[in-house]
Amino acid sequence: MTINGTKVSADVEPRTLLVHFIREQASLKGTNIGCDSSSCGACTVHLNGESAKSCTVLAVQADEQEVTTIEGLADGETLHPMQEAFRDCHALQCGYCTPGMVMAAVSLLDEIPAPTELEVREGLEGNLCRCTGYHNIVKAVLQASGSKS
Amino acid sequence: MIPAAFDYQRADSKEQAISLLSEHGDEAKLLAGGHSLIPLMKYRLAAPGIVVDVGRIDELSYVREEGDHLAIGALTCHREIETNELVLANTGLLAAATKQVGDPQVRHRGTIGGALAHGDPASDIPSAALALRASLVIEGPSGEREVEADDFFTGFLETALEPEELLTEIRVPKLPNSTWSFQKFNRRAQDWAIVGASVLIADNQCGVGLVNMDSKPVRATALEEAIKNGASAEEASELAAEGLEPPSDLNASTEYRSHLARVLTKRGLQESGK
Ligand SMILES: Cc1cc2nc3c(=O)[nH]c(=O)nc-3n(C[C@H](O)[C@H](O)[C@H](O)COP(=O)(O)OP(=O)(O)OC[C@H]3O[C@@H](n4cnc5c(N)ncnc54)[C@H](O)[C@@H]3O)c2cc1C
Ligand code: FES
Ligand code: FES
Repeated sequence: MTINGTKVSADVEPRTLLVHFIREQASLKGTNIGCDSSSCGACTVHLNGESAKSCTVLAVQADEQEVTTIEGLADGETLHPMQEAFRDCHALQCGYCTPGMVMAAVSLLDEIPAPTELEVREGLEGNLCRCTGYHNIVKAVLQASGSKS
Repeated sequence: MIPAAFDYQRADSKEQAISLLSEHGDEAKLLAGGHSLIPLMKYRLAAPGIVVDVGRIDELSYVREEGDHLAIGALTCHREIETNELVLANTGLLAAATKQVGDPQVRHRGTIGGALAHGDPASDIPSAALALRASLVIEGPSGEREVEADDFFTGFLETALEPEELLTEIRVPKLPNSTWSFQKFNRRAQDWAIVGASVLIADNQCGVGLVNMDSKPVRATALEEAIKNGASAEEASELAAEGLEPPSDLNASTEYRSHLARVLTKRGLQESGK
């Protein structure tokens, strides 16, 4: 599969989950595992450009497909606008949910470029923040979209 | 958590999928979006010997207008259905129910065929298929057959599908002038319904499909009959749980579920103009 533009191949058991492939075979540790049961969204990556929970995808399902992880968003030293907005708005506390939250938020803006606050809240319903910093997360997504809250 | 070991085969066409199923029989399980099957395999509640991945059979992902109905490929993902113009214009109830499934990540991967073939009474999609009187096209080694949604759900996680058969298409009547409402009661965003109701009113037809009100997806037939005979939303919704055996679990008792069914169908009928 291609991860962040780089081809990665490995022979893995069919039962290998995509999140384990990303963390162990591709050695990209930005994608976190929170609940491991499809609920928290910490493991969110993009599969062919759409957000997906990588704890609920087999690595073989992503064979020959495009995967983007949090490490693939920034352009060298230049942060992605969503990352910039999260930093500006203090949209993270412990940071554990952040990679998944940012990936889900980028996918949300791809689908709804100028969302309302309600659309942001609904669009991020698959991502939990244990530090409950939702207010600033929503603010960051609205800032990145250029919408006024 | 990782699933128990299994062999993996990818099918590139429906013929190949059916032939792999015929070859491996009960040992094989189809994998579409994986958003019901993979969690079950991780919890080791399912341990198929062979997983046949049909997720890339693009010829089964479509929404087409065909005469009086829409034909929807079984591999069409939830996200496509909730945003598809034809679905929104002709069968808004299906789009509304689909929009309530899980969260965006789930809807990017999960498919309409998987949601129906899983036969889960807690799933939102079967209730809409029942209310809409959809039919399902099934293909197997001996050809194609069409089954009414009413006859498709046969028991808890059981359907009319045989082990070597593939669900290929869902046919939904075009009802652009219908009024409808999808009601889902849950505690937290993203959760499954404790009880849900798909309500459809079209000409003289009334369809009400219920979520989590029996061991399989069901219609509220006594309620539908009452509406047909001129009852008000208030009167008809009293019959929402008639003849049904809703489960009792941590979230709700049987009595509470029956109460929710009455409240939700009343709201749904009123929203649909009854
Ligand atoms: C976190 C989370 C929340 C969810 N919340 C909801 C919710 O609120 N409401 C809701 O309705 N659903 C919910 N779902 C389930 C979701 O809708 C699934 O996508 C759906 O139930 C299964 O579709 P799938 O394509 O992922 O099927 P899979 O998991 O791939 O398959 C499910 C079953 O159907 C069989 N199957 C799949 N496709 C076919 C076919 N074409 N022919 C024959 N058999 C087939 C498989 O063998 C398997 O037994 C949730 C799932 C998750 C992970
Ligand atoms: S780790 Fe995948 S959703 Fe929580
Ligand atoms: S910042 Fe700690 S979990 Fe979200």
